[in-house]
Amino acid sequence: MKKGVMRPGHVQIRVLDLEEAVKHYTDLMGLIETDRDDQGRVYLKAWTEVDKFSVVLRETDEPGCDFMGFKVVDEAALNQLEKDLVDYGVEVEQVPAEELKDCGRRVRFTVPSGHAFELYADKKYTGKWGVSAVNPEAWPRGLQGMKAVRFDHALFYGPELAAVYDIFVNVLGFHLAEQVLDPEGTRVAQFLTVSMKEHDVAFIHHEEKGKFHHASFFLDTWEAVLRAADLISMTDTSIDIGPTRHGLTHGQTIYFFDPSGNRNEVFCGGDYHYPDHKPVTWKAEDLGKAIFYHDRVLNERFLTVLT
Amino acid sequence: MAGFQVNNRTTGDHFLCQEGQSVLKAMEQAGKKCVPVGCRGGGCGFCKIRIVEGDFECGKMSKAHVPPEAIDKGEVLACRIYPLTDLTIECVPLPEAAFEKQKTTKV
Ligand code: FES
Ligand SMILES: [Fe+2]
Repeated sequence: MKKGVMRPGHVQIRVLDLEEAVKHYTDLMGLIETDRDDQGRVYLKAWTEVDKFSVVLRETDEPGCDFMGFKVVDEAALNQLEKDLVDYGVEVEQVPAEELKDCGRRVRFTVPSGHAFELYADKKYTGKWGVSAVNPEAWPRGLQGMKAVRFDHALFYGPELAAVYDIFVNVLGFHLAEQVLDPEGTRVAQFLTVSMKEHDVAFIHHEEKGKFHHASFFLDTWEAVLRAADLISMTDTSIDIGPTRHGLTHGQTIYFFDPSGNRNEVFCGGDYHYPDHKPVTWKAEDLGKAIFYHDRVLNERFLTVLT
Repeated sequence: MAGFQVNNRTTGDHFLCQEGQSVLKAMEQAGKKCVPVGCRGGGCGFCKIRIVEGDFECGKMSKAHVPPEAIDKGEVLACRIYPLTDLTIECVPLPEAAFEKQKTTKV
């Protein structure tokens, strides 16, 4: 957080059928619909999140991810980060306040892997859903499905990881928590954090630009991950892989797809990262174990199925 | 028994598809592996096939993988195809670019 970037704030996901998608993200995953706008977008949040929304769904004919936004500590930090990006040679675009409802101005830029990111300082504070800020109960009643706790991170596939690293680490103040190195020492995967979490955003090398691998949501326990797996079967939802454990980050996880083919993850656990921690390295030769710690083999789908 | 017969003429596999069921789902249920299975949601383009013969209905598919001109050629996504008659399908070789991509994807 040394440059003022605080945490993942939102992700805008493109879906083929809005109502099918809303049902998936609410009934199955347990997000809460908080608003809709005149562009037809739907705003959702997980119950522990204090701001109004963290997931925005947009209906269009090509699934994928429009952008991921990070919240910064204040307007002064936003101004400074904007200046730093420009000085570094990154082209920035101004997105006016209220383009997303109840969200302040956003500074948008595209990194060399082809993915769009945003920084913003303000969003309407609505507090945790269903619990009071004073003497709060442990959890709210009435949550659906997997009862996702928070939007946690996203993983993107694209080229030019070194250039992406430079922007995130040198300009935005992220730390490299984990990496995968090929035998020549080239970094082919990078897990970056601005917090104590093992990753707030991650990238894996891929020739085609701008691909979306997954948006991930946190659950409290392994039991909750197993329960998510039950729900995936009960609803005949398209599964990718899991429940299992990752080598990278050591999180316990399950992957599945939304009705438009965008991959979702729910996970629990995982390591932590302080700024004095050196990066954890996995060898590309052992990628099977790095990604799926139990099977120790990759499923082809995990590497090639993207939106 | 109700349902439609789907024949994959590239691999010689055939399986039964119930009314309202997608070709990909029917194939998975039959334990066949003659079409690659990806997201099952019309988003990733992994399950692309060509319909050589037969009538079908289409669900929503990513335009990135199925532009309108592809549908005219019968190139569609098996996870979003619902047969109305028996179907003959064939595998669509991955476009060269996609193949290159797979080879060079390091991880
Ligand atoms: S499996 Fe992804 S488009 Fe059919
Ligand atoms: Fe993840």
